[in-house]
Amino acid sequence: MSGSKRQIVRLQGVAKRFGAVHALAGVDLDVEAGQCLGLVGHNGAGKSTLMHVLAGTLAPDRGAIVIDGAPREGQYSVAAAHRLGIRCVFQELSLCPNLTVAENARILHPAVKGWGWRGRAGRMIADKLDEIFPGHGVSADDVVGDLALGKRQMVEIARAFTVTDEPLHLVILDEPTSSLDSVTAEQLLVFVRKIVDEGVSCILISHLLGEVLGYCDRIVVMRDGQVVAARAAGEFDRHSLVSAMGDVAEDKKTAAHEARSANRDAAPVCVRARPRGKAAGGELVAHRGEIIGLSGLAGHGQTELLLQIYQAAGRRDRDTEVTGPVALVAGDRQADGVFHLWSIAQNVTVRSMRRMLWHGLIQPAREAAMAADWRQRMRIRTPDMNNPILSLSGGNQQKALFARALGSDAEIVLMDDPMRGVDIGTKLEVYDIIRAEAERGRTFLWYTTEMDELDNCDHVYVFRNGQVVADLPRGEMTEQKVLQSSFEQVA
Amino acid sequence: MSTAMVRIRVLLARPWIWSFLGALAVWLAAELFTGGQGAGELLTATLSFAVFMVIVGIGQMFVISTGPGNVDLSIPATIALTGAVAMKTMGGADAMILPGMLAALAAGAFVGACNYGLIRLLRIPPIIATMSANFLVMSTAIAYGRGLKVKPPPLFADFTTAQVAGIPVLAICTAIFAAVMGVVLHRTVYGRSVHAIGQNRRAARLAGVAVDRTRFLVYVLSATFAGLCGALLAGFSGGSSLSAGETYLLASIAVVVIGGTSVAGGRGNVPGIWGAALFMYLLEAMLNTYGAGAGLRLILTGLIIILVITIAGGDRPQR
Amino acid sequence: MLRGLGNPRFLRAVLPAISLAVILGAIFAVNPRTMSPIGLNLLLQLAVPVALATIAQMFILAVNDLDLSIGGYVGLVACIGATFLNTDPLLGVVLLGACIAAYAVMGALIHWRNLPSIVVTLGMLFVWQGIAILVLPTPGGAAPGWITAIMGFKPPLVPFPIVAAVVIAVVVHFALMRSSYGVILRGAGGNPRAVARAGWSLLKTKLAMYALAGLFGVLSGLSLIGLTTSAQANIAMPYTLLSIAGAILGGSEFVGGRVSPVGAVIGALTLTLATRALTFFHVPPDWQIGAQGGILIVVLALRALINRREVA
Repeated sequence: MSGSKRQIVRLQGVAKRFGAVHALAGVDLDVEAGQCLGLVGHNGAGKSTLMHVLAGTLAPDRGAIVIDGAPREGQYSVAAAHRLGIRCVFQELSLCPNLTVAENARILHPAVKGWGWRGRAGRMIADKLDEIFPGHGVSADDVVGDLALGKRQMVEIARAFTVTDEPLHLVILDEPTSSLDSVTAEQLLVFVRKIVDEGVSCILISHLLGEVLGYCDRIVVMRDGQVVAARAAGEFDRHSLVSAMGDVAEDKKTAAHEARSANRDAAPVCVRARPRGKAAGGELVAHRGEIIGLSGLAGHGQTELLLQIYQAAGRRDRDTEVTGPVALVAGDRQADGVFHLWSIAQNVTVRSMRRMLWHGLIQPAREAAMAADWRQRMRIRTPDMNNPILSLSGGNQQKALFARALGSDAEIVLMDDPMRGVDIGTKLEVYDIIRAEAERGRTFLWYTTEMDELDNCDHVYVFRNGQVVADLPRGEMTEQKVLQSSFEQVA
Repeated sequence: MSTAMVRIRVLLARPWIWSFLGALAVWLAAELFTGGQGAGELLTATLSFAVFMVIVGIGQMFVISTGPGNVDLSIPATIALTGAVAMKTMGGADAMILPGMLAALAAGAFVGACNYGLIRLLRIPPIIATMSANFLVMSTAIAYGRGLKVKPPPLFADFTTAQVAGIPVLAICTAIFAAVMGVVLHRTVYGRSVHAIGQNRRAARLAGVAVDRTRFLVYVLSATFAGLCGALLAGFSGGSSLSAGETYLLASIAVVVIGGTSVAGGRGNVPGIWGAALFMYLLEAMLNTYGAGAGLRLILTGLIIILVITIAGGDRPQR
Repeated sequence: MLRGLGNPRFLRAVLPAISLAVILGAIFAVNPRTMSPIGLNLLLQLAVPVALATIAQMFILAVNDLDLSIGGYVGLVACIGATFLNTDPLLGVVLLGACIAAYAVMGALIHWRNLPSIVVTLGMLFVWQGIAILVLPTPGGAAPGWITAIMGFKPPLVPFPIVAAVVIAVVVHFALMRSSYGVILRGAGGNPRAVARAGWSLLKTKLAMYALAGLFGVLSGLSLIGLTTSAQANIAMPYTLLSIAGAILGGSEFVGGRVSPVGAVIGALTLTLATRALTFFHVPPDWQIGAQGGILIVVLALRALINRREVA
């Protein structure tokens, strides 16, 4: 890219923290007009937070925001971002399910009003859908709640590119292809290249490195809230990109695992489950003491199967067979895991309350003893286990949730992508503990979106559209195979 | 800083202290007007009436602690119905006091079970379910208690109005009852489950908490306490009345909110209910001594609830 | 999506109309004399204030809140209407304006402090009731002549309540369902974060919805005294339950911004008829209060049944 081009966005030293977590620790970012910028990094690296700052939905704690050459701090907001031509397609969908497609288009455009607004909004969004996704099959009068996830995503993307009286300079696409099939994803990426050539800028966030390498002009890599690399796309290849994202090289545990997976059938079966209502696909089997990986693209039924297994524990279920007590480690800590009003100790012991009883009353001494024990075993970094759980950083909160499950009587531990937003040091500590617990006979079912975590597993099941589509033993598991099964319709 | 200052600070950080301070302030204001005359009688009367608010308040507190949207609006009709059930079963005979009490409690428990049945099976929001139940129970009470004017058994009437050194016996019993419920709330698996569900129902389920059983028991408990209140109130006021429970719709919620229980759920508070009940009755007494009418009393009670929740309400986690 | 008559969306849309037809048919069957303009007028008279209160409740439901104070509020408006509005019209209008402003402030407070609407509106129920007692300590007062004249208006052929119901439904439908700002108001109930991310103020939407509810509460109270000619503080207490039931029966949801003004009006008509029908069917007076609760439960049970089919 030539240096003479106009700077659309320049962020300098942007920082943002949530409680004890540094989501952004001083980030610089430049976007030129007519440039497609790829943004990559692991979960929790701070990409989405950075985009929220740029879209005006989050105010940074400090740092400079320069848009179109003028500093905007202090007065920057969603409305200001819109006026300056910056749009964002967020990872979590931002459409109103109770409104029609045309009405949702109207929400983005204050200028669409007055007599006949409904028709104008409908034509605007329909034209844009036709332009980006020919043959989309969406009508402007459809209620969004009735549309499948992929179609909603198409509507939201098309909406971001519609123009009324406000200019359009930059569109941020946060994981835009996550719920699109390969054909529509391709249509979108081709469209992105087209409008970039017309002078509009794009920021593309994606886990699929092929998309980023193939369609972006420049790639920025983030890790732990910081930019660690920013170069022209041509200077990266898949390998250098992955290593820039901070993946530590494979360590030595693999050998021991191969040995264990060899005599798989000797151990009794703990879990046998088939995704409900998916008779076509395969079933998932876990033997005692195994670490089972659940893989595939995000949101393809892995969490649902874990919940199905969790609910089936202790009762009869046609599709699911579970032989022992089950505990679950939530990945979405705030929604599924943490009790925010409680201390760390209470959060750890809640799954084991019955063991604390003496004459029907919970004994604080027993609680404190269990909390102290697990503080030491999980190396939870806190001066006092009686501090509120929210005083911990995200990684240490996650350790407390692991302690809750591992400290319980559960023989089977389900993990729902538990390492989201956890730093690499914590991860390595927890991997060791999981392996040690598996050696002692516990069974782990581990859904993960991070490819290298699968190296810890004895057996990997790949999911697509809610079905188990592949069953890979440790020795046969490669990133290539997992990806191939995830996208079978492409191959 | 002196240790006394630190101690005061620790005390002020407890959410229930404010309701007691409020009660004290209102009591002083009332005494200021009357010049200290009848101060003892006022306190006795306050304790006598506060008892009933505390009993239903504790039940309501358990319900509200299970999270946003959970509230029991069927308390007024339940009090009316159980009062009639208790009086009719006792039939004025001392020997029938225990069966009468049990019948009242059972009637209450049944109402509570129906409430949760509506909530769970028909997936109706608790407010609507308990509000509809209130109407149905009220009709039952009207039909059941038609023309009923049974006096409570003498022994029962004596017990509910007895005093020891100016302190109502019922108040002493209720203090013990409240202490027990405080232990249940904070030291048992059940109480912990209530708090866990109140903070995050989904997380509670995933942490192995028996969510359905806990919520069921919460509604049964609340209606059973309303039954206890209904029976005692009938004994105290010399017979059951259909309008006996009317004031407890707002009062039960008010004492919970003013007492420092989080309306967002997950944080119950028993001592605060006592403070708030005293405060509510003293406020009414004070307004009476100042000559304020029913209208002003209603306005002030409503505004105080809104004020308290406005000050306390902003603590929900922002996600 | 459309799979004929068994389609849940279709079923839910026609449920209000069907229940109205069923109740009307039952009343006609029991008492054929009601099948005349005068008979219908008598049957449906009270539907006008109920429909207006139901619309008010629907505005609150649209932003995922619930208003337990509407019954007390309509009662207060009735008391002001039967006193100040009659004796000192200017003061009366100012007071009614203040009532609407108070409603808007209530919405702003709920939004600002993120408060549960049930507790706030329950507190306000007692405030409205208290003020009403201060305004009109004993039942009485007199409605201004122009209001009784409007409510007593007898158009040719079609009974007035039906004309009024159609007008209310059409006006609100166009304001909320068809206008460009109505989209924002409903969107704020469907996905508040999305609306905020598009640069709209959620505070303004809450203010607007609560103010609209206040306005329709005023209309409800005034139309009520137009029929009763006098007022008392507790005159509209059942409206809290009736308005919630009517809105839900008419297809509104408790969360998600799904509302239907036309359905709400039909729901209000149905419930008014249902309470009238209780006397036609000789339901003993003891059970009339309970029957209201029972009707609400039956309606919600039907809804639960339909929604379950939608999930399955």
